[in-house]
Amino acid sequence: MVRIADIFQSVLTYAIPLMVVALAGMFSERSGVINISLEGTMIMGAFTGILFIHTMQRTDLLSGHLLLLTGLLISMVTGIIYSSLHAIAAINMFADQTISGTALNIFAPAFAVFVARSIIGVQQIPLGNVFRIAKVPGLAEIPILGPLFFENAYLTTYIGIAILIISQIVLSKTRFGLRLKSAGEYPQATDAAGVSVVKMRYAGVLISGALAGLGGLIYVVPISTEFSPDVAGYGFLAIAVMIFGQWKPLYIAAAAFFFGALKTISFSYSSLPVIKDWNIPGIVYKVLPYVITIVVLFLTSRKSAAPSALGEPFDKGKR
Amino acid sequence: MNNPNRKRFSLTPALPSLISILIGLLAGIIVILIADSSKALLAVRNLLLGPLYGIYNPNQSSLTGIGNMLFFMIPLLMTGLSVGFAFKTGLFNIGASGQFLAGSYVAILLARKLTGIPNSWRWLIALFGAALAGMLLAGIAGILKAFRNVNEVITSIMLNYISMYLVNYLIRATGLYDPLKNRTLPVQTEIPKFGLDKLFPKSFVSGGILIAIAIAIICYVLLYKTTFGFELRAVGLNRHASRYAGINEKRSIIMSMALAGLFAGMAGGMIHLAGVGRAIQVRDVLPPEGFDGIAVALLGLNHPLGIIFASLFMAYLKVGGQTIQTLGFAPEIINMMIGIILYVSAMAVLIRKLLSIRAKKRSETKTLDNSTGEPYAAYDPPDPGATAAAEKLPSESEHINNMATSVVQEEIKENNHG
Repeated sequence: MVRIADIFQSVLTYAIPLMVVALAGMFSERSGVINISLEGTMIMGAFTGILFIHTMQRTDLLSGHLLLLTGLLISMVTGIIYSSLHAIAAINMFADQTISGTALNIFAPAFAVFVARSIIGVQQIPLGNVFRIAKVPGLAEIPILGPLFFENAYLTTYIGIAILIISQIVLSKTRFGLRLKSAGEYPQATDAAGVSVVKMRYAGVLISGALAGLGGLIYVVPISTEFSPDVAGYGFLAIAVMIFGQWKPLYIAAAAFFFGALKTISFSYSSLPVIKDWNIPGIVYKVLPYVITIVVLFLTSRKSAAPSALGEPFDKGKR
Repeated sequence: MNNPNRKRFSLTPALPSLISILIGLLAGIIVILIADSSKALLAVRNLLLGPLYGIYNPNQSSLTGIGNMLFFMIPLLMTGLSVGFAFKTGLFNIGASGQFLAGSYVAILLARKLTGIPNSWRWLIALFGAALAGMLLAGIAGILKAFRNVNEVITSIMLNYISMYLVNYLIRATGLYDPLKNRTLPVQTEIPKFGLDKLFPKSFVSGGILIAIAIAIICYVLLYKTTFGFELRAVGLNRHASRYAGINEKRSIIMSMALAGLFAGMAGGMIHLAGVGRAIQVRDVLPPEGFDGIAVALLGLNHPLGIIFASLFMAYLKVGGQTIQTLGFAPEIINMMIGIILYVSAMAVLIRKLLSIRAKKRSETKTLDNSTGEPYAAYDPPDPGATAAAEKLPSESEHINNMATSVVQEEIKENNHG
């Protein structure tokens, strides 16, 4: 018998990385820069983070959650560095943002495979999966919520939820968040108000890189014991989540949860109690998130919530 | 326009591409040096000369090497055309991978199932089916863009994954699955070689390359010599102005996207009907060909004839990448180089701006030398239309076409006056 709590935990392991990476995309797009390179940034972040964890686990210098946290930090720094390439191209060099993003997507897996083969000999990096928390002391005893959130949990889940809350506050309550959004909506006005559009957009893209790098590692740690530089299209799925969530943190969280649920169903529909009896082929659940995104785009296209200056390089002289 | 040099043939439009290729190659060589400096010299030689002289296998003649290169060129040329053609209408077809996969599947399906039709005809029907599959898939993105203004990049990405999961499912459902090798069953039907196998002995060369080059030339004629092509390009430059000028811009967008999908679908068909034992691997990974097509299209300046050269160059790189694999270098180095080339060519606008500043300075000094010329001629603002187009950098990917912009705008002007 499958417990509801187990299903819920499985949904969380898919939903949390999706949400974090979709929030990453949101920060960049809200500042007016299309970031299609989320997939590549995730791969880079996951790659360095896991390479670090792998090395530490072999040498026993660091272990436990301190190791995981350091790994996450390294992933974030990698993401920032990698996305700065996108920032330079998109903001300073007036590059086509979709193309520079695609370039970064092509480069990342090739780079990761190449370096992994040069360092380890094979492209798969093994990873000791020791970060699961069987029971959070104290909190796991809470009825209903305890089994859902505090059993068989990963630290990364809580980090993801914290990122969601912080994102929501930053974007809607702080001066920085409002300025960031204005840079994506009407950069000329932002500039006239004395706020540097370039700085805001850099901030947007670099935050995006940090979160996407982190999201890469969060994606890999709970579900696998090795990393062959690839995040299975999660970066692209995150773009779908971001659009489905209409560029708003709380909606994005809901969308990520929904997509995570579909993903869980597509992997384990044959063992889930009610769904098993519906006799719907698994392919439907696999394709559904993408079909739904297209349908949502179709329905909302008339009043799209996309930032209005999205994808336009900022040119001070333009009226 | 008081610039008589504009229409003269020159390499200037290709300069950004050449610069990015140079930077990409340099970066690749540096990576080779860092990875293993002891074999670096040999590796660089093999990378650059291997495709031509058959260093990969000393027993094969250079013609075999070139034949293999022509084989690898097929999908690059077709997906490059796919992406480049859509670019001309201001659309970014990032979905070439999914269309390629759909085309591959339909080609294999038809080639294996239509046993009633003689072999000599079956390839044509299979190829036609492949083209149709790609066309339908891309058509969805085109229709959504035309009628609801849904961003075709996002739709195409979603369609990529839909195509991937559906094809993987259908391969099993339609009995094409080879469980031992985790891929599709072999296909006997193949495109005729048109005598190419005698010209390039023992190579993978396929008649598909002739079809592909013919299609590239047809593309060129279609885009630059017909009203239909003119409309497509006009919509790419300014959708609203085109509608004002009486062009059915919705039809243009759908047609452009559908044709782009047709090319990508055919690419899949051609490669799996080439008679070299290619099969679809059943795994949740998108075929890289579609993304290669983006790089090819950009390097070829989205011009069908430029794309022929760009795809030849990329095929050369790909074969070169295989030759250095024997020295222990991962072939991923080639994809890294492609990524770098693409990254640099994304900045083509900046490179062009720098080039035009230089050109302007040169013409300034010229005017000052010829004191007969008007003294202020050099300071005249450049053609407002061209500048606006160059500065505007619209939300989509149109600005890649900057160089063509001014020319076509002239045409539009002429049309309006005439």
